[in-house]
Amino acid sequence: MTFTRRLLLSAALIFATGPAFAETAVKIGVLNDRSGIYTDLSGEGSVIAARMAVEDFGAAAKGIKVEIISADHQNKPDIASSIARKWYDQDGVDLIVDVPTSSAAFAVSDITREKKKVFINSGAGSADLTGAKCSPNTIHWTYDTWALAKGTGGAMVAAGNKKWFFITADYAFGHSLEKDTAAVVKAAGGEVVGSVRHPFPGTDFSSYLLQAQSSGAQVIGLANAGGDTVNTIKQAAEFGITQAGQSLAGLLIFITDIHALGLKTAQGLVLTESFYWDLNDETRAWSARFAAQHGGKEPTMVHAGVYSGVLHYLKSVEATGGKDSAAVIASMKSMPTSDPLFGKGSVREDGRKIHDMYLFKVKAPAASKGPWDYYEKLATIPAAEAFRPIADGGCPLLK
Amino acid sequence: MFELLGIPPQALFGQLLLGLINGSFYALLSLGLAVIFGLLNIINFAHGAQYMMGAFLAWMLMTYFGIGYWWALLLVPIAVGASGVVIERLMISRLYHLDHLYGLLLTFGLALIIQGLFRNQYGVSGLPYTIPAELSGGTNLGFMFLPNYRGWVVLASLVVCLGTWFTIEKTKLGAYLRAATENPTLVGAFGINVPRMITLTYGFGVGLAALAGVLAAPIYSVNPNMGADLIIVVFAVVVIGGMGSILGAIVTGFGLGIIEGLTRVFYPEGSAVVIFVIMALVLLVKPAGLFGRTV
Repeated sequence: MTFTRRLLLSAALIFATGPAFAETAVKIGVLNDRSGIYTDLSGEGSVIAARMAVEDFGAAAKGIKVEIISADHQNKPDIASSIARKWYDQDGVDLIVDVPTSSAAFAVSDITREKKKVFINSGAGSADLTGAKCSPNTIHWTYDTWALAKGTGGAMVAAGNKKWFFITADYAFGHSLEKDTAAVVKAAGGEVVGSVRHPFPGTDFSSYLLQAQSSGAQVIGLANAGGDTVNTIKQAAEFGITQAGQSLAGLLIFITDIHALGLKTAQGLVLTESFYWDLNDETRAWSARFAAQHGGKEPTMVHAGVYSGVLHYLKSVEATGGKDSAAVIASMKSMPTSDPLFGKGSVREDGRKIHDMYLFKVKAPAASKGPWDYYEKLATIPAAEAFRPIADGGCPLLK
Repeated sequence: MFELLGIPPQALFGQLLLGLINGSFYALLSLGLAVIFGLLNIINFAHGAQYMMGAFLAWMLMTYFGIGYWWALLLVPIAVGASGVVIERLMISRLYHLDHLYGLLLTFGLALIIQGLFRNQYGVSGLPYTIPAELSGGTNLGFMFLPNYRGWVVLASLVVCLGTWFTIEKTKLGAYLRAATENPTLVGAFGINVPRMITLTYGFGVGLAALAGVLAAPIYSVNPNMGADLIIVVFAVVVIGGMGSILGAIVTGFGLGIIEGLTRVFYPEGSAVVIFVIMALVLLVKPAGLFGRTV
């Protein structure tokens, strides 16, 4: 057989078999912290969650070929934007997911809008992502500062804790969380007696705790995250803050933080999350599969959000029969969401994903059956009340 | 009741005391750095990683072997110090004839590797380590609630710092060490094994870092980045005190802790940079540092 004939034959084979598979090829980029303080709550776990979504959706059988890549943005907006730009321009990425750290999320949101792609945020908190800085190409999936403030802040004030003091991380997310919580506290008839802003990340918080203690507040609101929150709670226990009658309100606490603190230190904390592995049979089954691939660690709500977001995206790709960003986003917003982790929900016009939130209390060591058995559910905040009403966000898209 | 710049005196005393507590960590860590630099001329960038190893090792002893805090206080510095001896023998000893920069690069690389290994194994959220029962609780001093453990940290740090200063500046062993730095050939000619002495000095400096790590484990989050967050500040402390000056490291360590504590009251946002502003000023006015000898 001559070389030309062989070439022709193989070309014919490719054309013959081509359309039978890989009709749409989708590339998903998981961009998050893989070395800093948010690694455990996002990191490799988010990649595992994205992969599980692709498997559960059965993408291959439906003629959608999905490739997942990942990178470390080190919580820095400049690094996040240069990776996002390279992914969109050179690597053919269609969807970026996760991106914790609000300042980095804003950067990725701007570039995604400019390149007309899709951005599903799971890790970042600032409610401005679907408020003043909303974008037609950004969907904010798992939680936001408004929902956290509403859950924890509302519950604490309702229990009679009206005087608040804030210890706030000095960057976009911390400011946003403090602002939203203060609004909830004031609306419920409480007052803010003071606040202090600490450099991010910090190590020693005893000085701020002492200021909080002498302020006479009933509640110390921790408007920070990750290792900063862990350190603050650890040191509050040491300085006898809670024994002296003040309560701590962790405004953003992940289950990995509770794991790091240990129940002895963390017990009694009230917190708001949108997902917990031990909610029902479906979350338990999914989390067991996740933990098996992630060294026995249970998923955070950020991991769950990545799974749920990717799943909904793939459904929309299937429904529209292509990966045109505008069509896919329109479909994501019109089709109700449904998955084993967040149940039924929807994506609003401003890009806010709506689902139930939960108010949890951290168990005492004696009440816990073992590692990762940490939360007791106090209340379910129904989806309709959990997030900021669409009219109050000031999203320019709606005008 | 009088007020000072809008701050009640109780709060101010409390903040001064907290500054002193943070200062004890700065002093312990900068002391190790100063000893190593003063006697070996090596800028030990792995110091933060070795501090972190100290905290982790205390956690491992507790978790895997059930060995508590007090034994950790003794065993961990010895174990981490021994790892320092190995590093000195295998790697650092090859660099003494080269520029300082090479030692800095080598130890910086080592720090990154050590942190990376721990991050891979244990993640970054940190691990729980509780305060030993004997030191839990606290004392009400009237102006503030002082946790017993923090009082213990200040005390332990003062004893170790003064002991080290005394050994190096006032004893015969210290005299040998200082002489070996000035003229190793001559001291060797007197029958003293200079290379071994230098190795043990590095091991001792590393042991100090590990000791600080054990002291820190119950109050700070035990995570792979804990040293990296602190080491830059500690370097600033050493530069302000004067590279290689033992007394300088101790005094500036405590002093800067207090200044940082006060900044947290008057202008919290600036507390991360105040030490570096002071460093810049000191370098402009007295480049050898407050206690440094001009060369």
